[in-house]
Amino acid sequence: MEDIFKIAGKKIRSRFMLGTGKFPSDESMTEAIKASGAHVVTVALRRVDAGAGSGNILSHIPPGRIVMPNTSGARNAAEAVRIARLAREAGAGDWIKIEAIPDNRHLLPDNLETIKATGVLAREGFIVMPYFNPDLADARRLRDAGAASVMPLGAPIGTNKGVTTRELIKILVSELDLPVVVDAGLGRPSHAAEAMELGAAAVLVNTAVAVSGDPAGMAEAFALAVKAGRRAWLAGAGAARELAEASSPLTGFLR
Amino acid sequence: MSFYEVLRARAGRAAGLIASAAETDVLRALSEENPNEAAFRALLSPAAVPRLETMARRAGELTARHFGRTVSLYAPLYLGNYCENECVYCGFRHSGAMERRKLSYAEVEEEGRALADSGIRHALLLTGESRVQTPVKYIGACAGILKERFGSVSVEVYPLEAAEYAELVRAGADGLTLYQETYDETLYARLHRAGPKRDFRYRLDAPERACRGGMRAVGVGALLGLADFRREVFFAGLHADYLQRAYPAAEISVSLPRFRPQGVGFAPGARVSNRDLVQAMTALRLFLPRAGITVSTREPAALRRNLVGLGVTRMSAGSRTGVGGYAAEEKSPGQFSVADSSGVEEVKAMIRKRGFHPVMKDWQTF
Repeated sequence: MEDIFKIAGKKIRSRFMLGTGKFPSDESMTEAIKASGAHVVTVALRRVDAGAGSGNILSHIPPGRIVMPNTSGARNAAEAVRIARLAREAGAGDWIKIEAIPDNRHLLPDNLETIKATGVLAREGFIVMPYFNPDLADARRLRDAGAASVMPLGAPIGTNKGVTTRELIKILVSELDLPVVVDAGLGRPSHAAEAMELGAAAVLVNTAVAVSGDPAGMAEAFALAVKAGRRAWLAGAGAARELAEASSPLTGFLR
Repeated sequence: MSFYEVLRARAGRAAGLIASAAETDVLRALSEENPNEAAFRALLSPAAVPRLETMARRAGELTARHFGRTVSLYAPLYLGNYCENECVYCGFRHSGAMERRKLSYAEVEEEGRALADSGIRHALLLTGESRVQTPVKYIGACAGILKERFGSVSVEVYPLEAAEYAELVRAGADGLTLYQETYDETLYARLHRAGPKRDFRYRLDAPERACRGGMRAVGVGALLGLADFRREVFFAGLHADYLQRAYPAAEISVSLPRFRPQGVGFAPGARVSNRDLVQAMTALRLFLPRAGITVSTREPAALRRNLVGLGVTRMSAGSRTGVGGYAAEEKSPGQFSVADSSGVEEVKAMIRKRGFHPVMKDWQTF
């Protein structure tokens, strides 16, 4: 069975997306991207130094990938929009992952600002992937604002705690007509598999791969787990049965 | 509310509470996911010394999770050494017989070019305290010149009003570093004999004013060696915690500068061993998992190498602490003598050898 994954009409070769921060070296990042098979990789624009030659992180991303800049460092919508426009001016293309994070204690996003930035950037033709606290009403607002997918957090960034927002993710998957890409907090391949079993369209991982003892090995392990989880979802086992029960009154009133 | 109230409420008892922490307190602190203030005291206590290896492992793991296997690099750039203060331990103090100068804007440009050529992308601008010779307008103009070459331009200058910090932000600065020197108010009065710096509270509240003025990154710290390091690091950590809670959008960091000889014949009041420094760093990391921790070239290369992986997130490299030190040979004596004189490339190689990535650019003023 063909299992096509599209975002904004573009066919994406892998449901495993990889972040490029925190790696112990540029080489280990390159190897991890290759081993992951990731088609979409995210890069913090704050890290990009166009004039640095081999010191420019972009020069270490293997060809054939969609490079999706993120707005890391933005604290509100205005800053996220500014960073996105700069990324586009710098030739980074139209994909943008919005991070609007006014809290450095927990790195939790601000949904209100994220929705605002999504609206502005979608109108400017960006393919917008907003990172947000999983909330159904806000997910719908993001969709209405023009998001190409939504990226709910599994757990706060860097915590490696797994899909702690499991119930909310399940609701997003069942209620939303947009790809749900679980981002942040996935510390082990089994967490990624779990997210995919719940019906996520894809996952994005960074820390768990970058800081492992063998980033390429861990990237491959995650890629396999994502495939396994996806296969399980398609096979209709476990998580899928839970979805079938979603017609029960618990989520039924939301329709 | 000000951190001064937090400090005053604890000033009398902190040293005693730290000293009396028991082994059980340390074990409890180590078992907690989010160590609180009491746990932080235990981690800084003499009772925690036998657990240093455990603390180091936890600190290393937490740092990797939140900052990755990376160390960001920066370098200081001294704009001027005019100073009205009389700090008994400082090479820039007012009564010191040294040539005083400040960089012209053309020299700032030249210094910036020389520093940027070394690969540094984060610059920290410093002056002595002289509102006459190096006024806010001048510092802002320098930041404006340098922001063209650097992803981040921070300042380490005399305490300012919130509106003045905002002025620097508009000019292109994005960060502030300001050490309280000592959190012991009585000792502070003895060490700072004359000049505007005598106002303990005005300095203490400056990082908060910087946050209000819109500075993105704000760093605090105590000059270790002036007083008992356990109490000093405790209050530096509480200061950072206070700022993080009050201004969650700001990136708060803590520096751990150890006293270095300044050629002024000052004998520090407390010895801070390498072991003490490691305890301070790892305790801070466990208490503040997401705070940046900075180690400068005040520390020798051999020690800096070993500190990578224990909690440090930012290091200076290739530092010159005299005015105009990059474009030419040192034109004036430095504020303190650098212990690690390695060049930027050597520091990068050292960090790589430790299995970490030297990050040259991690910000851009957007």
